[in-house]
Amino acid sequence: MTSLLDVRDLHVTYSGGGGDVPAVRGVHLSLDPGDTLGVAGESGSGKSTVALALLRLLPAGTRITGEILLEGEDVLRMRWGRLRAVRWAGASVVFQGAMHSLNPVQRIGEQIAEPLLVHALVKPDRVGARVADLLEQVGLPASRRRDYPHQLSGGQRQRVMIAMALACEPRLIIADEATTALDVMIQAQILALLERLVDESGIGMLMISHDLSVLAATCDRVAVMYAGRIVEQGPAGEVVHEPAHPYASALSAAFPRIGDPASRLAPRGLPGDPPDPAQAPSGCVFRPRCAVAETVCATVDPPLWPVRPDRDGRSARHAACVHVGPGGGPERTDSARDGSARSGPDPGGPGPGSAEEEEETSR
Amino acid sequence: MSAPTGPAPAGPATGSRARTPAVTARALARRRRREALGRFVREYARNRAGLLGLASLLTIGALALTAPLFVDQAHLTVTGAPGDSYQPPSREYPLGTDNFGRSVLDLIVWGARVSLTVGLLATFVSVTLGTLVGVTAGHFGSSGGLGGRIVSTLLMRVTDWFLVLPTLVLAVALAAVLPRGTGTIVIAIGLTVWPPTARLVRAQTLAVEARPYVERARALGGGHTHVMGWHVLPNVMPVVLAQTTLLVATSIIAESTLAFLGMGDPTTISWGGILESARTAGAISAGIWWYMIPPGLAIAVVALSFTLCGRAVESVINPRLRGQS
Amino acid sequence: MRTTRPETGGAPETGGVPAPAPESPAGPGRTARVAAYVLGRLTTAAVSLFAVIVAGFFLFRILPGDPVRAMTEGREVTAQQREELSRQFGLDQPLWQQFLDYAGGLLRFDLGVSFQYREPVVALILERLGPTVLLAGTGTVVAALLGLLLGARAGWRPGGRGDRVSTGVALFFWSVPTFWLGLLLIVLLASGRGFMPNLFPTGGMVDPGVSGPLETALSTARHMVLPVTTMVAVIYAQYLMIMRSSLMDEKGADYLTTARAKGLRDALVRRRHAVPNALLPTVTLVFLNLGQVVSGVILVETVFSWPGLGQLFYSGLRVPDLGLVQGLFVVFAASVILMNLLADLVYPLLDPRVRP
Repeated sequence: MTSLLDVRDLHVTYSGGGGDVPAVRGVHLSLDPGDTLGVAGESGSGKSTVALALLRLLPAGTRITGEILLEGEDVLRMRWGRLRAVRWAGASVVFQGAMHSLNPVQRIGEQIAEPLLVHALVKPDRVGARVADLLEQVGLPASRRRDYPHQLSGGQRQRVMIAMALACEPRLIIADEATTALDVMIQAQILALLERLVDESGIGMLMISHDLSVLAATCDRVAVMYAGRIVEQGPAGEVVHEPAHPYASALSAAFPRIGDPASRLAPRGLPGDPPDPAQAPSGCVFRPRCAVAETVCATVDPPLWPVRPDRDGRSARHAACVHVGPGGGPERTDSARDGSARSGPDPGGPGPGSAEEEEETSR
Repeated sequence: MSAPTGPAPAGPATGSRARTPAVTARALARRRRREALGRFVREYARNRAGLLGLASLLTIGALALTAPLFVDQAHLTVTGAPGDSYQPPSREYPLGTDNFGRSVLDLIVWGARVSLTVGLLATFVSVTLGTLVGVTAGHFGSSGGLGGRIVSTLLMRVTDWFLVLPTLVLAVALAAVLPRGTGTIVIAIGLTVWPPTARLVRAQTLAVEARPYVERARALGGGHTHVMGWHVLPNVMPVVLAQTTLLVATSIIAESTLAFLGMGDPTTISWGGILESARTAGAISAGIWWYMIPPGLAIAVVALSFTLCGRAVESVINPRLRGQS
Repeated sequence: MRTTRPETGGAPETGGVPAPAPESPAGPGRTARVAAYVLGRLTTAAVSLFAVIVAGFFLFRILPGDPVRAMTEGREVTAQQREELSRQFGLDQPLWQQFLDYAGGLLRFDLGVSFQYREPVVALILERLGPTVLLAGTGTVVAALLGLLLGARAGWRPGGRGDRVSTGVALFFWSVPTFWLGLLLIVLLASGRGFMPNLFPTGGMVDPGVSGPLETALSTARHMVLPVTTMVAVIYAQYLMIMRSSLMDEKGADYLTTARAKGLRDALVRRRHAVPNALLPTVTLVFLNLGQVVSGVILVETVFSWPGLGQLFYSGLRVPDLGLVQGLFVVFAASVILMNLLADLVYPLLDPRVRP
């Protein structure tokens, strides 16, 4: 059985005025149907870039290489017609900050109906009923369809966004900071809603958030990104509660854990800022902020190692830190399949170029 | 993202520099200003359309200034006209002659002097007025007491009123009731085209006043005059510069329009005046193209050149617009 | 005459628009809010109108010093004629009395008597209102459609070749004096001299001797071609630049990414999502620039002898017939203010966010 989503050695480079900025540098991800995978990281870690790259939604001129296999088909090599068909029908997105992600001058009913009509999935006379269905599914009365986005609260807008994402019954939903701007109570409601939908329909969900505790509560597996790379990946509970990578532990410690007075009394932040992606330091990119860095870290850029591997060298969890790897020479894992990853540049063939460029020029 | 021209805020650096007496704050400010100017020139030089506009303006300006050297003023009078009526372009008269037999080329070169002068003076009047109103409204709107806010609101109401009014009607009315003359034209244009400048300057003033160093200057006891003159004005100048360049184009077109409507000074020669006499002499319906096309082209070229320069300045100042012209 | 630069045109401020209520669109408070909004707009317009009336009085009665001399400049007049003129215009009264008479007259739609035509100014204006509305209306609609269409295309791909060409052409037309463009069109297309064709009439509204509704309409249309072309050429640039920069502001908006993610074609993303949002600030600016349309119509009517208010204004200027010019000044200014009031009242229908 093929994975729902298989991202292999994804590189994304923005070309700005000052020069190229590598935002994502060799990311591997994999997601099975009915699974939820969380991607955590600070702002600037490249996690939202990954989300946008999956449907090639990045601005014109951005270079994407690697493979993004959506049910076995490479998104990066699709023609524009096929890509448009896959967008939303194959994979949809719940964007962050639903206020700006909804068109402010269109009624929400029209916005939910739009993908149904574009993809011709529902007969035009059935669209109204389907929109009402979707709204009820996310806990909004169907009468709200005549409202404009500004007439809804933040939580309601996020529900509309989710209803919209469900419209075409996609196999994959990408939730990009879906709960970030909401207060805690609403956040819990939205998370519960997303969880229920994943359970009911068996769709896969890729959930992107800076909040590790949110991911711990909703996801089966979690990947922690830092400076365009995955630094730790594995079962959610393990990654959050006993992180192996120093960055993952710092991120985990930044959120106080309920019922753990120690973490509340001594919240630990992380000194310094994430590195400028245009000028990454040598060796391990996390070194300048790392509390346990050693001299070897200045030269070695560690790949993802299995954490506490079994006799065959396999493990559900991987981390990219010299402290994790076996004391001897680093060994490569052969675990691209289960979502863990190699890191470092892959000499594989370049992708078809850029994201929106073709759309921008061919008209 | 501070504006590349104008002195950068002298605030943050002075604290550390004060300990090294070798570099005074003033010298530092001067050096920064020079560097900013250098940056400005380099950025501007990258804008091809802006360079084209600048080159054409310099050429026309030089021609207008040196006109007395190669145009015989006596030939510009009706009685001293050298040629015959309506001679088509020839070697002697490259742009033909008008109904009195004057060389159209001479008229246009001479007319540049009046048109450019009026355009520049009217722009000066309106920019001064607009900047004054804009800075005052912006400053007292953000930091004045109740009285200041009332003044600010009133000023903006007046600006909006002028903005909506049909400018030509107002300018023509002014020109009609005031005594004929070049000064009247300058005032009529200057008093009617200032509102956009005032709005722009006010917006920029509000932005500048929100910066921390202005707040600090205020906290240290800087009065209204100090804040407006020392902090706001220098930072508003780049915007004013771009606006000025664009306004000259507007003013020159306005001058020609007023002259065409017969509001101009009949004793001087300006581009709009030439067109008016061409029309009243019946040259249009007679198809005397050499009498009416060149003056209009001259206006268009000068207006376009100023517009190109203004847009170039604007794109240097406002990076959001960069790379789009 | 253009007084605002094409991009900003004098940026409007939405300051006067009430902040949107976040929840509950309907309810008993809504009527009250609508009433308050409309009342506020009406008050603003009334104050502006009053200011126009005062300005008219100031401009034509106080500023000239001696209006009679201004009116008779360059003509031989006897002292008796001067006195008669002075009495006819009420200039022998004290100033406050003059103002009251003038303002009271305005309330009764009495704009005084034209010195040149010996007729009430109102009658002259009503007679010529139709042709001006026809010309200005057609010109504005065509220019707005053209400008918004081209601007939406240019702003979607700023810096592209299409953008550079259409911005360049627009800037050129914007730099050309309106009246000169009209004269040029006459020489090129209507003079019939030498190699020039004689395709269109150069003046008037209808050919003499034409009768019957269809013939009249056709003849009028033929007479309108050159004047409308001139007007459109000069004012569409402004609309183009406004729409262009407005669309450029929307280009990075998140909801456009949403629309792309939904699988919409690029053209649909622009048409359904970007343009409707960019149109909103543009509409305000289009109305704000109506003063420029008035300026344009005066020049175009003068050049093409179109029997409308603009030509009347010009004929009043040449005399000078200050009574007529004053009346037209008030009418022009008032009509622009009323159109802006209309825009304010219509805008909330277009933008759900500012609906009171």
